[in-house]
Amino acid sequence: MPSLAVWKFASCDGCQLTLLDCEDELLTLAGQVTIAHFLEASSQVLPGPYDVSLVEGSITTPADAERIRQVREQSRVLVTIGACATAGGIQALRNFADVEQFRSVVYARPEYIETLATSTPIAAHVPVDFELRGCPIDKRQLLEVISAFLAGRKPDIPDTSVCTECKRRGLTCVMVADGTPCLGPVTHAGCGALCPAVARGCYGCFGPMTGANLPALTGQLRRLGMDDTAVGRVFATFNVTAFREADNEPPH
Amino acid sequence: MSHRTRQLRVSSLARVEGEGALRIVVADGHVEDAQLEIYEPPRFFEAFLRGRAFREAVDITSRICGICPVAYQTSAWNAIEDAWQVPVDDRISALRRLLYCGEWISSHALHIYLLHAPDFLGYPDAVALARDQRPTVERGLALKKAGNAILELVGGRAIHPVNPRVGGFHRAPTAAELAPLAERLRHALDDALTTVRWVAGFDFPELQLDCELAAVHHPGHYAIEQGDLVTTTRSSFPRRDFLEHVTERQVPHSTALYAELDGRRYLTGPLARYSLNFAQLSPLARDAAAAAGLEATCGNPFRSIVVRAVETVYAVEEALRIIGSYDRPDPPAADPTPGAGIGHGVSEAPRGLLYHRYELDAEGVIRDATIIPPTSQNQAAIENDLRRIVSANLGLEDAALTSLCERTIRNYDPCISCSAHFLDLTVEHR
Repeated sequence: MPSLAVWKFASCDGCQLTLLDCEDELLTLAGQVTIAHFLEASSQVLPGPYDVSLVEGSITTPADAERIRQVREQSRVLVTIGACATAGGIQALRNFADVEQFRSVVYARPEYIETLATSTPIAAHVPVDFELRGCPIDKRQLLEVISAFLAGRKPDIPDTSVCTECKRRGLTCVMVADGTPCLGPVTHAGCGALCPAVARGCYGCFGPMTGANLPALTGQLRRLGMDDTAVGRVFATFNVTAFREADNEPPH
Repeated sequence: MSHRTRQLRVSSLARVEGEGALRIVVADGHVEDAQLEIYEPPRFFEAFLRGRAFREAVDITSRICGICPVAYQTSAWNAIEDAWQVPVDDRISALRRLLYCGEWISSHALHIYLLHAPDFLGYPDAVALARDQRPTVERGLALKKAGNAILELVGGRAIHPVNPRVGGFHRAPTAAELAPLAERLRHALDDALTTVRWVAGFDFPELQLDCELAAVHHPGHYAIEQGDLVTTTRSSFPRRDFLEHVTERQVPHSTALYAELDGRRYLTGPLARYSLNFAQLSPLARDAAAAAGLEATCGNPFRSIVVRAVETVYAVEEALRIIGSYDRPDPPAADPTPGAGIGHGVSEAPRGLLYHRYELDAEGVIRDATIIPPTSQNQAAIENDLRRIVSANLGLEDAALTSLCERTIRNYDPCISCSAHFLDLTVEHR
């Protein structure tokens, strides 16, 4: 049987929990793969190499920068799961601040804490075979990615915007109908338009889609009454580094 | 005199949430030190909350923990609403309690079936257990799924719910939308009662807590989503006085901060809640506890699995009660009026007490944030248990002693990600 390994770096555990949240599929999956390394779920650790590694979390310490290289060496396919692993996560806000100051806000004895000045995605350190977006990831998409790599095919994960999912669900556009600021037009699909379904604007958990037209959306957010600070904040959350990069690329 | 040196090491503790290590030093048959080392990389939430808008606190602090996001969201809105004395409709409070019951059911079922039960039955994980007892594991997964169904329906998503906000919800579900949930929960109640009977039959090593207990207490019901504080020795104190009693200090072996209650180690979580608020459990939950051999207090950490099962029964019943008397709140949220102020919020995460404090300015911007998660409050009590369990079992072989230490830690369902912070066990005998 092919082997599956799950690894954690700086994160909230939510994306690997998504695998355990597949209540209907977990035992079936466990019949098709050997779960060789998944510390959150098992005290049995089998040696590598591993056919598929799922990596959660970002790199924030020198030790983790070394550990991810070892994980890569042991993995035939490496898939990153979630905003921390694909974009550095919310802890990447430090990349734009003074980390010394952060450390001293939280810890009275900052010299005990070893940490890098940046939180970086896995792909900044090692080659990654597929990046699954989301904060957290979507479980149907996770199952699709695992199934695809086990079958040796490409995962069917559409790189469109949340708007396409919203339209497909037949939801009323919260921005057009209610004037609610919404990041749906620039955000990578995958969640199934959860926020508009509860009359809320998308807040960008899945990060920017390819070719996101950020200037156009920013103009719209301003017309809806948001000032520069407010616009800055909505892009500065779980995918802050990815939105900053998208902002520096010309729209397609 | 002979000088005995023994060293045990487990490079990573499994079936806990997050990353840490354990180091135990035994010198000539005496436990010199027992440290739960937490080296989960720090993520600095309190620092980057400064300068954020109050409405963002619910979405941002949720990301501290994927296992108990509702706890973070709840303590956040409790604190902000406390600062501005936001009047929240009882119907909104009921819907929030329903959401939190979903998290208790899901998190407790996860811990009982997938993380903790394999310890008692001698399996490395629930998948291996399922090879021999598939219907049992399927029951646990169904129970977990029922909790997640609440989170998805009321919260919009099981992990990092999108629907809650300061003041209430973006959209309140209709009674018709909640109805199918009740059907699922009636099955879940049977599963929860069966779970209590199942775990009651496990063998429990002997150990009695010797520290103070602290829990949220609410006069109206078994405290989950709001209340003030109650402890074993001091009758009670209001949540705004939390930092007058609880102090945090930093230790070199941990990226979590150690908390002490009036200078002493203490414990929060299921054992504390059960022992301090037992009278407020439902008759069905109390009967299930009695049938499982529990008294009105429980001081054996290994029996925490039974207490979690009893709390699961209660949470399922509560969820059914709330759905049964549901009156859809309209509007779904109170509209807060920002002003300069300080607010305190507490709630009972499945693994223990979670405190938030925010200092807000006139525009509703967060100027300062303090978050004290359950595992940093429980860390000293866990280390004390380790010291005592090792002392009492020095005759065991290395592998058996190591395994007992890991079980001792898992009794507390520690959420190391929350506390900032995973496990690598080193037992050094010298």
